[in-house]
Amino acid sequence: MSHDAAAVKHEEEFTKTTLGFWVYLMTDCVLFACLFATYAVLRNGTAGGPTGASIFDLNFILVETILLLTSSLTTGLALVALKSKQKKLLWASLGLTFVLGASFLAMELYEFGQLLHEGYGPQASAFLTAYFTLVGTHGFHIAIGLLWLLVMVYFLYKRGVTKGFEKRLTMFALFWHFLDVIWIFIFTLVYLLGALS
Amino acid sequence: MTESKKLMRSYLIGFILSLGLTLIAFVLTTIQSDFQGRAYPDLPLTVALVTLAITQLIVQLLFFFHLGHESRPRLNTVSFLFMLMVVGIVAFGSLWIMYHLDYNMMPHEVDTYIQEEENIKVESSHEHHH
Repeated sequence: MSHDAAAVKHEEEFTKTTLGFWVYLMTDCVLFACLFATYAVLRNGTAGGPTGASIFDLNFILVETILLLTSSLTTGLALVALKSKQKKLLWASLGLTFVLGASFLAMELYEFGQLLHEGYGPQASAFLTAYFTLVGTHGFHIAIGLLWLLVMVYFLYKRGVTKGFEKRLTMFALFWHFLDVIWIFIFTLVYLLGALS
Repeated sequence: MTESKKLMRSYLIGFILSLGLTLIAFVLTTIQSDFQGRAYPDLPLTVALVTLAITQLIVQLLFFFHLGHESRPRLNTVSFLFMLMVVGIVAFGSLWIMYHLDYNMMPHEVDTYIQEEENIKVESSHEHHH
């Protein structure tokens, strides 16, 4: 009986934590929506500088997109491995998620570096300010996510699969899927539509 | 075991659908921008791309987030809908206002005046050059 009660209490707490984290994600959506709106308003304000069409390399961006989407899948696989208690799959999927996420971030930083090198930094025009703010905020979230993943994996190594780990991995999966959803809109609204203008 | 298999299947379906939608959007755009004379008008393509993005959002909400599958009070779904409302008011409201401001307050003469005054060189007229 008391064991059941403890399980119910744990379950309840788990739902509460997930809900709290979910509410955070929803507020983060509002933040990104504001950045998207800012970008949409300023995207034609190129001040004689480059337009989106002249600086975006769509093939490069497609690779980034597929990397991030695949990392979203591997995060899901980590949850599957946790549920089915497959240790090897858990480690492999967490490792893959990190590698894919880090490659995505590296590509984004490379792209930013290229733009800065050509003198198209955020100070060059209103369009570029809005672009760097929006895409940079997403990249910053990715960097935080990677740090989170590292800390989580460290504790997995130290303490094994605990209740705390289960909870953290579930939150992490939500966070990572959320970042992929934001990226769909960056991919479409910034890059694809930008290439048309 | 069956539960984790179900979960696995849901992630795989979500992944394949998302990948497909991404590739369709990508191919449509590259066809358009590779054609000098434009394969099709811009407006329908814009609508198509936004529709594809929203479809992918829904796919991921269902297959990655499993939205709507949580227990009774469905607070996740409710807070999601509330977020959509706030985004609608704040983001789309701002866009609506800004486009009208732009229209009412930035006639072409003001634009050129500012450019001359601030010594901004306009290499190519930014109004639909291509």
